[in-house]
Amino acid sequence: MYLLAIDWFFILEKFLLIGLIVTLSMVVAMYATYGERKVAAWLQDRIGPNRAGPFGILQPLADGGKLFFKEEIIPLISSKFLFILGPCLAMITALLTSAVIPWSTPLHLFDKDIPLQVADINIGILYIFGVVSLGVYGIMIGGWASNNKFSLLAAVRGASQMVSYELPMGLALIAVLMLAGDLRMSVIVNNQIEHYWHIVYQPIGFIIFFVCALAECNRTPFDLPEAENELNFGYHQEYSSMKLGFYLFAEYINMFISGVVMSTLYFGGYDIPFVNEANWDINQNLLAIIGFAVLLAKAFFFVFVFMWIRWTIPRFRYDQLMKLGWRTLIPLALLNMVLTAAIVLWFKK
Amino acid sequence: MQLTQRAKQVERKPMTLLEKIYLWNIAKGMLITIRHLFKRKATIKYPEETRSFSKVFRGVQILNRDEEGRERCTACGLCAVACPAEAITMEAAERQPGEEHLYREEKYAAKYEINMLRCIFCGYCEEACPKDAIYLTQTFAPANYGRQGFIYKKEDLLIPDPKEDPEGYQKALGEKSSKA
Repeated sequence: MYLLAIDWFFILEKFLLIGLIVTLSMVVAMYATYGERKVAAWLQDRIGPNRAGPFGILQPLADGGKLFFKEEIIPLISSKFLFILGPCLAMITALLTSAVIPWSTPLHLFDKDIPLQVADINIGILYIFGVVSLGVYGIMIGGWASNNKFSLLAAVRGASQMVSYELPMGLALIAVLMLAGDLRMSVIVNNQIEHYWHIVYQPIGFIIFFVCALAECNRTPFDLPEAENELNFGYHQEYSSMKLGFYLFAEYINMFISGVVMSTLYFGGYDIPFVNEANWDINQNLLAIIGFAVLLAKAFFFVFVFMWIRWTIPRFRYDQLMKLGWRTLIPLALLNMVLTAAIVLWFKK
Repeated sequence: MQLTQRAKQVERKPMTLLEKIYLWNIAKGMLITIRHLFKRKATIKYPEETRSFSKVFRGVQILNRDEEGRERCTACGLCAVACPAEAITMEAAERQPGEEHLYREEKYAAKYEINMLRCIFCGYCEEACPKDAIYLTQTFAPANYGRQGFIYKKEDLLIPDPKEDPEGYQKALGEKSSKA
């Protein structure tokens, strides 16, 4: 192949993969709303949505349809451009994160290995962090452009919360990177397949990461930016129709993606637990699909835990939130990082 | 100033280390909620399932007939007088020759209305009736879109004819059959 030649097959393959992953994220987010309502109902001894279709599985479609047909209201004094930009940014950043996640082992089609990862860039995990940090702009711009003091308060809360919890999250992650020795997501997963899962070495790191993921996704007990009872739904109070839908959707996509990231970083990604699937004598494509299903199962479990926590505990007070972030999680993450570094150094010697 | 004797001193002890970590207590709480996942659900899927009421439940009224299917009501107005919510109105009429198979006595209710929005289902009408003509059943008035729909006419209230529709008659009578 000569220089500057365009590999059309490569472009097509990536486009298909991107389309597939975006669709998957959307569908999962749609059904996460349904799942949330069902889980909430079950935990409260109720049945939940059960009218639209069998077991209510058409409920998300009905909700989506309703959102599309609602009146779009843009407040007169707000900045119209920013007002529309807010939910767009929230959605885009939520979807962008999935680009570096290795979904499974490569597929083998048309005499070619097709990796099930959009981009295996060498700064994989940093990329995720960068995009997740951008997510705060969706909230901030939305809250600012609403020209509503509750929305603005919520936006300020959201921004400071995200900034605070990104620090311990990053510190917890450094320990994982020291174990894997690379920022590449695929290397992190392969390292876990060859050795043990990172959760075995990094239980404290995982707990810190999990708590921070809750805070980053604005989930209970850290849902202060959209505290219904004190801020009237917070930053998306002035939003209606599908723009509101975008915010809610972005939240569920974030939840799903953080579930996937947690399984990838700490629970072996697409690795099937307790077996060595490399020794299996089965079709490579079949193995890839099984691995993908395993990853999804792990991610869904985390999504369930997120919901389970939401319907169990109340919200933190704002000072408690900041205290937990700065005075508990950051020192703990630092300690975890230093200890891991020392141990890694000890065994490498 | 103490207003009641029920005031309780709130404990304001500082949190112990275990409580400060939060995780243990959160785990305990999550254990409680996950148990509810497997419990029997309290919901009754209403239109398909209906909850069973006790034998003495006072639901929507019916106007009774005798064994030959004749209306028992003589429009004496005692139920309307007894009604504390003033939900019952009626108009009396005289039975004409040839209508003996329709009405039990010489006088009958040409119009009989109960406003279900006013009715408080106290059962005083049933107590007041000297002719066993009105009963409270074990069903309740279903939802309606308009107020007018809640004013039940005589046709809505009358029990099915025991000769033409014995099944419907027994069903409408329900558990009251032993009493009648």
